[in-house]
Amino acid sequence: MLRILRAAIIALAVLATAGAAAKDREVTIGLQAAVTSMDPHYHNLSPNNSLLVHIFEPLIKRDANGKLVPALATSWRTIDDLTWEFKLRRNVKFHDGSPFTADDVVFTLKRVPNVPNSPSSFATFTKPIVDVKVIDPYTIQFKTATPHVLMPSDLASVYIVSKKHGEGATTEDYNSGKAAIGTGPYKLTEYVPNQRVVLKANYGYWGGEEPWDTVTFKILSNPAARVAALLSGDVQMIETVPTSDIARLAHDKRFSLVDKVTNRVIYVHLNQSTDKAPPYVTAKDGSPLEKNPFRDPRVRRALSMAINREAIDSRIMEGRAVPASQMLPDIFPGTSKKLKPVKYDPEGARKLLAEAGYPNGFALTIFGPNNRYINDDKIAQAIAQFYSRIGVDAKVQTMPSSVYFTRATKLEFGYMLLGWGTESMEQGSGLRSLLATHDPAKGMGVNNRGRYSNPEFDRVLTEALDTMDDAKRYAMIAHAAEIAFNDTGLIPIHYEVSTWATASGYRYTPRADQYTLVTDLKPAR
Amino acid sequence: MNEAAREVAAVAPPGVALPAASPAVQSPWRRLAADFARSRLAMAGLVLLVAIGLCALLAPWISPQNPYDLAQLDVMDSKLAPGEASVTTGMKHWLGTDDQGRDMLSAIFFGLRISLGVGIASVAFALVIGLVLGLAAAYFGGWVDAAVMRVVDLQLSFPAILIALILLAVLGQGVGKIIVALVTVQWAYYARTVRSSALVERQKEYVEAAEVLALSRVRVVLRHLLPNCLPPLIVVATVQVAHAIALEATLSFLGLGLPITEPSLGLLISNGFQYMLSGKYWISFYPGLALMLTIVAINLVADQLRDVLNPRLSR
Amino acid sequence: MIAYTLRRLGQSLLVLVAMSALVFIGVYAIGNPVELLVNPQADAIERARATAALGLDKPLAQQFLSFALGALHGDLGRSFVFNIPAIQLVLERLPATLELAFAATFIAIVLGIPLGLVAGLRPNSFVGRTIMAGSILGFSLPTFWVGLVLIMVFSVQLGWLPPNGRGETVLLFGVPVSFLTADGLAHLAMPALNLALFKLSLLIRLTRAGAREALLQDYVRFARAKGLGPARVIGVHVLKNILIPIVTVIGLELGSVIAFAIVTESIFAWPGTGKLLIDSINQLDRPVIVAYLMVIVVIFVVINFAVDVLYSLLDPRVRLGGATAGAH
Repeated sequence: MLRILRAAIIALAVLATAGAAAKDREVTIGLQAAVTSMDPHYHNLSPNNSLLVHIFEPLIKRDANGKLVPALATSWRTIDDLTWEFKLRRNVKFHDGSPFTADDVVFTLKRVPNVPNSPSSFATFTKPIVDVKVIDPYTIQFKTATPHVLMPSDLASVYIVSKKHGEGATTEDYNSGKAAIGTGPYKLTEYVPNQRVVLKANYGYWGGEEPWDTVTFKILSNPAARVAALLSGDVQMIETVPTSDIARLAHDKRFSLVDKVTNRVIYVHLNQSTDKAPPYVTAKDGSPLEKNPFRDPRVRRALSMAINREAIDSRIMEGRAVPASQMLPDIFPGTSKKLKPVKYDPEGARKLLAEAGYPNGFALTIFGPNNRYINDDKIAQAIAQFYSRIGVDAKVQTMPSSVYFTRATKLEFGYMLLGWGTESMEQGSGLRSLLATHDPAKGMGVNNRGRYSNPEFDRVLTEALDTMDDAKRYAMIAHAAEIAFNDTGLIPIHYEVSTWATASGYRYTPRADQYTLVTDLKPAR
Repeated sequence: MNEAAREVAAVAPPGVALPAASPAVQSPWRRLAADFARSRLAMAGLVLLVAIGLCALLAPWISPQNPYDLAQLDVMDSKLAPGEASVTTGMKHWLGTDDQGRDMLSAIFFGLRISLGVGIASVAFALVIGLVLGLAAAYFGGWVDAAVMRVVDLQLSFPAILIALILLAVLGQGVGKIIVALVTVQWAYYARTVRSSALVERQKEYVEAAEVLALSRVRVVLRHLLPNCLPPLIVVATVQVAHAIALEATLSFLGLGLPITEPSLGLLISNGFQYMLSGKYWISFYPGLALMLTIVAINLVADQLRDVLNPRLSR
Repeated sequence: MIAYTLRRLGQSLLVLVAMSALVFIGVYAIGNPVELLVNPQADAIERARATAALGLDKPLAQQFLSFALGALHGDLGRSFVFNIPAIQLVLERLPATLELAFAATFIAIVLGIPLGLVAGLRPNSFVGRTIMAGSILGFSLPTFWVGLVLIMVFSVQLGWLPPNGRGETVLLFGVPVSFLTADGLAHLAMPALNLALFKLSLLIRLTRAGAREALLQDYVRFARAKGLGPARVIGVHVLKNILIPIVTVIGLELGSVIAFAIVTESIFAWPGTGKLLIDSINQLDRPVIVAYLMVIVVIFVVINFAVDVLYSLLDPRVRLGGATAGAH
């Protein structure tokens, strides 16, 4: 009986693999997160933007290090503070053979704010443009109402669609492939929501030929399923290798690992919105605290000094994290080289707490998500461990992000573990969103869940953000960052490191924006 | 819901798993014990169960470490293999440590305590609620029956994970709250089981006789209907404890279980689950083994109890 | 019969309404979908726009009312995440889940009933005891754990079976099925086994209990005394007597597998409704959750009805609509 079963299984397996065996120019990649649409203007979401850039292209794109480089635009400049001019690339054809011109750019800018039911619109990026002027088919000018320094960075997120196919096209038309006609190196063959996306090479691509004919992206959200798929040869590359499997894969000759520090920082917001202690922060015996301890910079500093970032990096993250000192690693513009990760110093932390009037510490609950960032719940638990060494009693509560973020935004927590990926790849936007005094009407401190407020920092940052000259602006942003981080406006923990694993015979060039691009995957020869 | 939860539904189908027993066995305990002891397997299960119960009860005194006291953990000791000693204290970890440096042996003792506690408590509460509603439905019939059974329908088609998520959002996290979630998920099965066996009992002469004697309704239900529905239910409940533990493990796997600093067995397994492919098997294997032994022991005992308590089989 | 059917139908409609209202209130209590959907870098204006675009700016009662009106016209709304009609998302995935559920149930029946009979007929033999002890293993380990062990052994170590996804499908009466292709079967084997394991244990135990009961009944003793062969006694008298509870359980199990194969589907990346449900719950994609649960309620109603009809076929004493039928 067993022998028959065994034979049957083998026979099945042989048949199955014979059909699915990867041909030379075919590759299958396991992705972590679902791609929710093939409409490049429907949902501003990293997994979508990462996948769709194979099919559609922006005027300006980012290289592996986040630097802006020409794509459909060959050059750009400011004519005055309120006017940007872009030269478009010639001899670019859409997948159907029709030529790309300024008309397509105009059409795209019109379409972006008008996609029905969009849960997260790209209009954020096009809103500053108040007027568009076509000079000739390959020259276009954008007018803004106020100086808009982030124009090139914003346009890197706006993918150009074909006017011919996009007119009147709905999100469904993109999903079905009917309207999904771009200029990118791959064409859409099949999109099955939550399961897979299949692409075919665009042989007429202006950037030259790609090494792959057919590319399949499989959505494998369960980390163990993703690793198992790689181990069994079902896929040739996976993104976001779970840290628990890094050691094993690193020692296995059949696979290779690449990683890169990313634009995402894991940090802690300390709720300073209340005069009395914020929620879930009490004296050790559970009685309420008279003052909000987080309003005292010494307490904030102490809570940062108590965290052993090296230990988190080596023990929890398997070396795939970089201790953080600000919003972005200091290779990115607008960061300060003077800021260093706060040193682990429990003794010093105790002293600071005593100075601030808490010689015996106090009690708090660390809140965090458990399915959003790499090892988020483990980091929260390790921090609680470190706090027990400085006399702060810490409990931990983690919950799925569906519950967590709503409550965090309502400031129902005192101590919140969070993460932030800076899409603009420069520090200004992060400082503006997370540390500037909360004033959503002005677009300042929109995500400042700690309600940190420092007038001097606000002044320097506001001035910096309006400065047109890049070098000068970045220097001022770096200065603003020094003010906020020396005051421990928030507690940076580490920058996430993204990891990709490939089967041997493939070479991947990792990217800082965590995108998984098949254009960066080459056969190793 | 999930597979683990379904077990609960299925083991207690209306009046089938356990044929509605005739009036409870009146024989002395000693005979029961003798009957029980006839199966050596069941005795082994009992011994194992007592040992496990003792480990759980005495956990704070026999564990090398208090795994819930974060001050005693050191992340530098994380993921030590079984038998390795702590880097900082030199303490030997017989079953290794998890990713927070928690001694697995201690964690398993404490985890047993929570898992058994959660299992027993949730089944007990669900049993009481199911009993009351099921009896009411069967005895009063009519609109009471229809209303209770439609709520049962609703409950059965509502996924446990959604219930757990709602409760987590509204009530927060904690052992008490996870018990509430498990009770919410389970009571409907009991209500249905009780109703079906009570329906059978209700037709019997003794209930009619009691009614003819004009005894009060409450008295009829409590003194006559209830005792006759109880024996099968008690055996079912023993089995259900295992299912409640497995359900809690699954909720933990989905991130909806207990606080991660106070892991139950289920949470230990799901925490270690991600290390299964990496060769650090002990983080998930030993808690899994402990859970398996517990459930096997409970079921061996329950199986024999079921046979012993069933008067027709013990003839 | 007709009155009975109509009454059941009416009550089921009530359950549907109560269910959708509960989901509305539940999702509202859990959190705000906009928090998860909108890009974190978005400003206040964009957040307000997204909230309005999803219809979440209106009071909850009004949202429910407009959903109910749409539902009356067969429109269950569009997925917040995918902007695809929710019912379409659910129905597209239903064949995969149905296939998995039927495959698992099939395995359980084919193995479970014979093993259970053996254990019931020879309760004290070595084989009988081994089967019983083995059946305990079937539900003593969490499903996710067993699933990964299966993948480790059959995909990673031995390389026999593919670790995830659904294989090649062919159309059977217009429904895509994968069990008719070799590739499809290879993909189906592990998840079906993983799901079947628990049911298998359950069927073994049920069959055994029923067989032991039946053997003591007078008619079986009588049949034996009459000198009927063991095959006939077991096949006709014993089996027939224990079929009702088994049918009940299979019905119940089939329903719950279709509804809640969440863990198995996510470990094996099986593109079914269970995975859709968990993804939708994690994203608070309310229209999909509601549409999904409505489909499930309908399936439950149909299965329960079928089980009741089967009862009356198996045992003429059971009349439809009688309270003694047991199932709701």
